[in-house]
Order: sequence, then structure tokens, then C-alpha cells
Amino acid sequence: MIALEALNVTKVYGTGVNAVTAVNDVSFGIRRGEFVALVGPSGSGKTTMLAMLAGLLRPTHGQIVIAGQDVSKMSEAKRTRFRGQYIGFSFQANNLVPFLNALENVELMLRLNGKLNRANKQRASDLLERLGLGDRLKNKPGQLSGGQQQRVAIARALIHEPEVVLADEPTASLDSERAHQVVRTFAELIHEQNRAGIMVTHDLRMCKYVDRVIQMSDGQISRIIADRADILRLAGMAEAADGPMPSTNGKATLAGEPVVLRGI
Amino acid sequence: MSFYLAVKEIWRSRGRYLLIAGIVALITTLVLFIAALSEGLASANREYIEKLNGELLVFQSGAELSTTASRLGRSRLAELRRVEGIADVGQVGFATAKVPQGDGQSDVNVALIGVEPGRPGDPEVIEGQQLVRARSNDVVVDTGVTDRLGLGVGDTIRIKVTQGTEDKFFDLNIVGVTDRRQYFFQPAIFVPFVTWDKIRPQSSDAIGQGELVSNIAVVKLTDPSNLTAMATKIEQEVTKVQAVDRKTAWEAIPGYAAQQSTLNTQRYFTFFIGILVVGGFFQIQTLQKVAQIGMLKAIGASNFTVGLSAILQIVTTNAIGVAIGTAGTILLVSNFPESVPIMLTGASASTAVLSLLLIGPIGGIVSVFALLRIEPLTALGLAQ
Repeated sequence: MIALEALNVTKVYGTGVNAVTAVNDVSFGIRRGEFVALVGPSGSGKTTMLAMLAGLLRPTHGQIVIAGQDVSKMSEAKRTRFRGQYIGFSFQANNLVPFLNALENVELMLRLNGKLNRANKQRASDLLERLGLGDRLKNKPGQLSGGQQQRVAIARALIHEPEVVLADEPTASLDSERAHQVVRTFAELIHEQNRAGIMVTHDLRMCKYVDRVIQMSDGQISRIIADRADILRLAGMAEAADGPMPSTNGKATLAGEPVVLRGI
Repeated sequence: MSFYLAVKEIWRSRGRYLLIAGIVALITTLVLFIAALSEGLASANREYIEKLNGELLVFQSGAELSTTASRLGRSRLAELRRVEGIADVGQVGFATAKVPQGDGQSDVNVALIGVEPGRPGDPEVIEGQQLVRARSNDVVVDTGVTDRLGLGVGDTIRIKVTQGTEDKFFDLNIVGVTDRRQYFFQPAIFVPFVTWDKIRPQSSDAIGQGELVSNIAVVKLTDPSNLTAMATKIEQEVTKVQAVDRKTAWEAIPGYAAQQSTLNTQRYFTFFIGILVVGGFFQIQTLQKVAQIGMLKAIGASNFTVGLSAILQIVTTNAIGVAIGTAGTILLVSNFPESVPIMLTGASASTAVLSLLLIGPIGGIVSVFALLRIEPLTALGLAQ
């Protein structure tokens, strides 16, 4: 079942001679229970695409349909309510409210949706426990490591049972081991809870946890990799090429040569 | 949700919020203290006139409402009594005398006010008896005299005045005490007018000469509702007089208006500084929270939620500061010595407190608008 659909989406910044096309006629769909990586070099349009999928930015043309509703047509206030109800977020930085502890940060989504009750409080606590933060429930973000903060953000993104979960560079500030741990858990939860997940990342090694890779270049989709073997190959190449450091150009390389991918 | 976010942030960052509440408390103390000083000085100036049991005060025209420059003779008084609509008229004279303290202590200045017993201008006593006889050494004193000099009903008060080139001493019997009725910052002694005319300071030529001349006349009207028309009528029917209501009279006391406007300017400036300080604090706080607010909006918090939370924080912090400042000022003022003209009345204090409660919302309004303008896109490091 399709949870999210982008139909001929274009985003142009500015007008006239200053117009810059960040995303150009992009279409794809994501099913429930599917975890997709949106990759590409800087300036390829993936963050703009994510902002439009999240209802934070209105496309110049095209439609974004989530749970059967066209987000691009909604008013600002309606989009805000929609985000709270149907979308879960994990950001690169400044993910958590600094004066709330880990449990309160997760419960925030339940409060926003008027779903804070005893049973849901227990679910929030259990989810954090599942993410290895059982002994950190009362810790504030300043008392948590980067990885722990990302895990709290993942719990917050999932607790209100959204249709779509979006993650923007969730591993950007994490070391290699923590990055794998966070994305692996994220993928497990998306599959378990049957959500549609999209992760924007520069780190191709993380692609081994996703079901599909959508590569963007110059505002368009340049490749879609759905074959499991190809995805693992891409991640493996990146791992071999980059070692503990993530790739930053969006193309895994081996011995200086670009990896040629099948399944486009 | 707004309340939850506001309270949690204040409590978890209480050091920071207590700091701004402390600044508001200091501003409150300063504003209230200036208000109390302003009220105290004003009251010390005008108390007697403010409490007069007559609606209009009549001055000699051309005296520019100065009690010392104005002269009204008995003939003018007789004319006044013939004006229709006037129930009663009383002569009042103002002078200053000294009460010697002995033992090397400085003399205490008192207002020596001549009044006609039983007529407008004669104050009501709260202890002892009213002045009765026109020619006697009986006097009524206000509580300013009893408090400062430790005298009471039945005691004798000795005053010193200069007549001609000599200092003369008069012993007066205190028969009654009235409430505080200072005039021109001095505690007041009320003397029968005929006695006053004899014991007041005067030049040697003037002693015992001519008719009894008062400074002003206090008029009680049969219908006090139409002051302006009656004042005009008096000015038309009585030769060379100016009739005004009590407020106009005390505002004409030398220095009164200048003093009040100076203190009010100080108060308004302090209030303005308060707005800038509180506004600056919340604006800086908003700038520090741009990423956090962007994230909250991105995950579904509405502008209403974010804005209301900020307003609640501003109002709460400000109210706490005003409450601390008000309590501190009341404590401070109650411990000031009697001689300091500080008076925190309910009306002036509540006006000041109400205006201080507006400091936060007025100062913080810019930061609230700034919060509303933060785009949720900032959560993704994007901004349009």
C-alpha cells in the first residue's frame, strides 16, 4: 500500500533570471513498511525534496500525497497539523527540546496530538527501553551523547504512529559504530511498525539497512536501486572505500573509479 | 501544551528566569519608590488644602493663587457671604512658626494656620475638642505635631515667631488633635483667627494695625455639584477675587507642579527602561531558540502554541518580578522614619503595579512576533 507519493514535483527558488530549479519533475512512491534512502551530492536537491515531502515547503509544481491527502494544496495551518499527525521527524541537529528529558521529548508528540495517556506513556517508556535508553529516561539532551540523542529522536518520530517517518542525515554527527547502530534500529522499527521511512544521507554505508536507494543529481532522480544485491554492493563499496569515514560525494568509489550500479 | 512548555522551561531554566524576574523586581521597587516619594511629597504639600471642608478657595485676584501673596479683608468676606449659593465662608491665614526644642536641638518648623472656629477651614478633631472661642490661646494640632514633638491634648506648646526685630514666644494650649494636615511640608497648628493675627510673624509697622486680613477664604456651597459656575459667579459679584477648586489651589502651590512633573518624568523613564530591558532579554532568548522553535514547528507545533507559550513565560516572569518588587517596596517603605515624605497609597501603588505588569507584554511583543516568523524549514537547515 502506497503511503507517500511524489508526482511530477518541481521546486524553483526565485524568479526570472534569478530562478534556480532545485528539484525538477521528480516522481516516486513509497510503500508502507518500506525504508528508502535518498542520496546524492550536495546541491542535488535531496534536502529540498525532503522538505517538500515533509510539508515544510510547497512545490512549485506537482503533488505530494501522504495518506491519500495532497499536502501541497494545504494551508500553512493545516500542513502544521498534518505534520504533527502523519509525519515523524528525525533531524541532523537540534533534534530535542533542551529543557525536556528524554521521556518528555518523546511524549511531546503524544501531547501535540492529544494522545498522552497512561498506556501511551508506557509505550514511550518501552520504546526508549528498546532503544537502549532505559536508564536515561530522566536525562536531558545535554546529558546524552549524540547517538543517544538520535535514538530519542527516533523514538519521538515513531511514538505517535505516523504514516511516514523522515530522517535528515541522522548519522551526520555520529561515529561509524554509533551510525550503524542508530540506522539499524531505525530500519528495524520502520519494518516492525509498518511505516514508510525516508532517510536523506551522505553516508552510503548506511544504505545496507534500506530497501531502496533513490539517488538524486541536479534536481532529478539519476538512479533508483531496488535490487538487494546492488544495495549491499553499494554499501560494501562505500565501506571499503571510506573506511570509518562516510562518503561525502554521494558516489561510492573503489580504487578511484565510480561504482557502476545496475537496476536503474 | 503551551502552558506545559512555558512552565517546564521556566522551571528547568529557573536561574535565568529568576535573573530577569530580579531585574523586574528592582525596576518595580524603583518605580514604586518614586511613586511613593511623589505621593508623599505631594501630600506633604497639599494635605491641609486637600482635606478642607469647603469646595472653593477664594484668593485675591492678581495673587496668582499664591497663599502668601493673597490678601482678603473683612469687607471682601462680607461681600462673599452675600453671594447666593454660598452656605458659609471661613477666613484662613498661613504663617510659619518655630517650636524650640532646647538641649541644643534645632527648632521644628510648623505651619501656623489661622482659622475661624466652626467655619470652613477649621479642621475636625479626632481627639479632644474643636476650637470654640475666637479669642483664646486654644489650639488644635495635627498628628504630625503630636508624632514629632510627643505632645497631646492638655499639653502646652511654646512657639517662637519674629515680630518686628524681636523673637517672641507664645504658649498655646492644645485642646484637640486632628489627622495629618501638613501644609508646605510642615506639621500644622490651627489657631483661632483673631489669635493668629496677633501671634503670627509680622513687621513692627503691621503689629495691631488695620482690619483682620486673611490670605484666603474657604467657601462652602449649598450645592457643591456646580463648582465652575459658582466660581464664575463669585468672581463676578465680589470685587477683585479669584475662586478656584481645591485641586487647582494645591497645584498652584509654589514648586508643586515642577516637583511632580520631575518625579513623573523619572517614573516614566524607569518604566521605559524596564520595557527595553525585558524586551532585550526575551529578544536575545528568542534568537538563541531559533533552531528549537523551528524544530517544534516542523514536528507540528502551531504558531498559536509557540506564541502563547512565549507570552505565558513573559507574563509569568514579569508578574513574579513585580510581586517580589512590590513586597520589597512595602517592606522598605514601612521601615522609613516618619520624617521622610514617603507615602504608598492604594491608588498610586495599584496604578504603578498595573502599569508595571504591562512592562513584560509590551517589552516582549517584539520577541513574540520574531518567534512567529521563525520558519519550520530552519529545522532542516533551510530558510526561504
